[in-house]
Amino acid sequence: MCECCNGKKDIYLPELWTVTKRRMLNGTELFLHLEKDSGDAFEYTPGQFVEVSVAGIGEAPISISSSPTQKGLELVVRKVGNLTKVIHKLEAGDKLGIRGPYGSTYPVAESKGKDLVFICGGIGLVPQRSFIRYALDNRQDYGNITVLLGTKCHDMRLFREETAMWEERKDMLVMETIDEAHECWNGNVGVVTTLIPKIENNLPKAQVLVCGPPIMYKFVLMALAEAEVPEDHIYVNLERRMKCGVGKCGHCQINEHYVCQDGPVFRYSDLANVPEAI
Amino acid sequence: MSVSTVTKEQFRQFVSSLIGSAQTVVGVQAKHDKFAFGELKNADDLRLDYDVTILSPRKYVLPPKETLLSFKVGGDSQSVQESEKMILLGVHPYDMVAINQMDELFSQGEYDTHYMNRRNNITIIACDVVTASENVFASSMNTATVDTGFDILLTDIGDAYVVEAATDKGEVLVKMMTGVKSAADGDLSKRKAVQDKNKTGLNKHVLQCKPSYLPTLLEKAYDHPVWEEKARLCYSCGSCNQVCPTCYCFDVQDEVDWNLETGRRTRAWDGCLLENFATVAGNHNFRKHREDRFRHRMYRKGKYVPSKIGGQIACVGCGRCVSACTSHIANPVDVYNRIMEQTEIG
Repeated sequence: MCECCNGKKDIYLPELWTVTKRRMLNGTELFLHLEKDSGDAFEYTPGQFVEVSVAGIGEAPISISSSPTQKGLELVVRKVGNLTKVIHKLEAGDKLGIRGPYGSTYPVAESKGKDLVFICGGIGLVPQRSFIRYALDNRQDYGNITVLLGTKCHDMRLFREETAMWEERKDMLVMETIDEAHECWNGNVGVVTTLIPKIENNLPKAQVLVCGPPIMYKFVLMALAEAEVPEDHIYVNLERRMKCGVGKCGHCQINEHYVCQDGPVFRYSDLANVPEAI
Repeated sequence: MSVSTVTKEQFRQFVSSLIGSAQTVVGVQAKHDKFAFGELKNADDLRLDYDVTILSPRKYVLPPKETLLSFKVGGDSQSVQESEKMILLGVHPYDMVAINQMDELFSQGEYDTHYMNRRNNITIIACDVVTASENVFASSMNTATVDTGFDILLTDIGDAYVVEAATDKGEVLVKMMTGVKSAADGDLSKRKAVQDKNKTGLNKHVLQCKPSYLPTLLEKAYDHPVWEEKARLCYSCGSCNQVCPTCYCFDVQDEVDWNLETGRRTRAWDGCLLENFATVAGNHNFRKHREDRFRHRMYRKGKYVPSKIGGQIACVGCGRCVSACTSHIANPVDVYNRIMEQTEIG
């Protein structure tokens, strides 16, 4: 904050956070646990994202993977470009700039008392994990919890220990599949859509939360339509190039929606007629 | 606030005295056979009879490139809020409307201090149009005259200007003018005549509907053949974005100094017609085809931005894109009228 802004905060100014834990989840995905240097409260709701930056390299939107019920902030960063390459070199004790949180949230409050079905493709698990953990930490508030996980290949599976722990729990159902068969894998083989008919009974009254690569939505939404899930029970988490995060720069716009403000979580019934969305 | 008159010679002297003051004075000047906003060094160079400038005054409220932050590489950042006091002289009504829209967009929701500080440091002396440009269609867009946003509005009534001060900042400037007289009824009717003429006369391309109908029109036009027809000739050069007074999309980049220790985060104009505007990580482009980008711009102006600013249409009829487009496809009036040929007006 500076004197010339009438006490208004600079919306583009990141705050420093310190990496407290890091580990690779697979060959390309880095998990980071962070604590805020100032110690100030950081309030967020599952589904939101932050703008992460390394000064001198750049800034990018990253989904929050932790739940507000836990301490600190957890992110998963895939190595895809200049910025993420640098983030992958960070060690515990190194700093990251963070702005946010931004964007819409999962329907955590309005889903109370309802069943939840999470359909996750690949790194789609990362933001979904925020709501899954939140629901597990507030278990009494939600009905049945079902998690469908689809990953391209065995080596790319994320949060393996955590999902194994979920599988052991009696109060949730976890089903997993991989696209390509592998000698170390005895489970389901096929895309995540193939699991949907197996949980059909869980669908009619559930809030269905979908996150995955762009191509996945088309097929999952077709399968959900076939299972007669109402469009206003479906939530999708979309990715765009959210450069400013505050609804100004125009990059993340899908027709009239700004993903950084109206999304990244959208109720599907609000998007069904938006041509560029899915 | 006051309405007065001042002779052109007295106004020239006033501009001269401003140039000598601490504020930067920017005004419209001739540039070869065209006009451009630029820093004014001599009051004689000011051309309030201009038709249209090459770039709009957007470049002063939202510079082509500006610094947002300074930083230590890999470390902490500080907000950079640079903005000088400036007088912007000769803003036409359609450009004033564009600035008013940007003021609303940058202050609503998350308040953009960089834009707003700069804007608050600028005093705007607007002027009614004297000469219609070759492609202006402000009359069609209801932007040929303007009643808010400026500090002073000038209207050329022959040998004098009618001077309307609309803000305290404007009143202070009027007090600096010598020979100011309260406007007589005759002066006011001359001013009304100029404005009435512009309300219908700045119309080289005629939009066949009220601008307020555009959001409804576009609702039904998403799959219209016009997008492909026009975009076939599009070079994706972004000239239409560059010259548009209401385009405000930007890109953010980090720049590192030669010492590799310090640097700055900057933002610069971007354009939705450029090929990679909607590309995300992993090289997935959400608007890969030219017709998608071409349509996006027309929808931004006619539907998307209006939905954020109470229905105001984000095309102000300056006609700059019409002149700037190499392929002659950027004219919004052509596109909207073409859609109307096949879509019933409700």
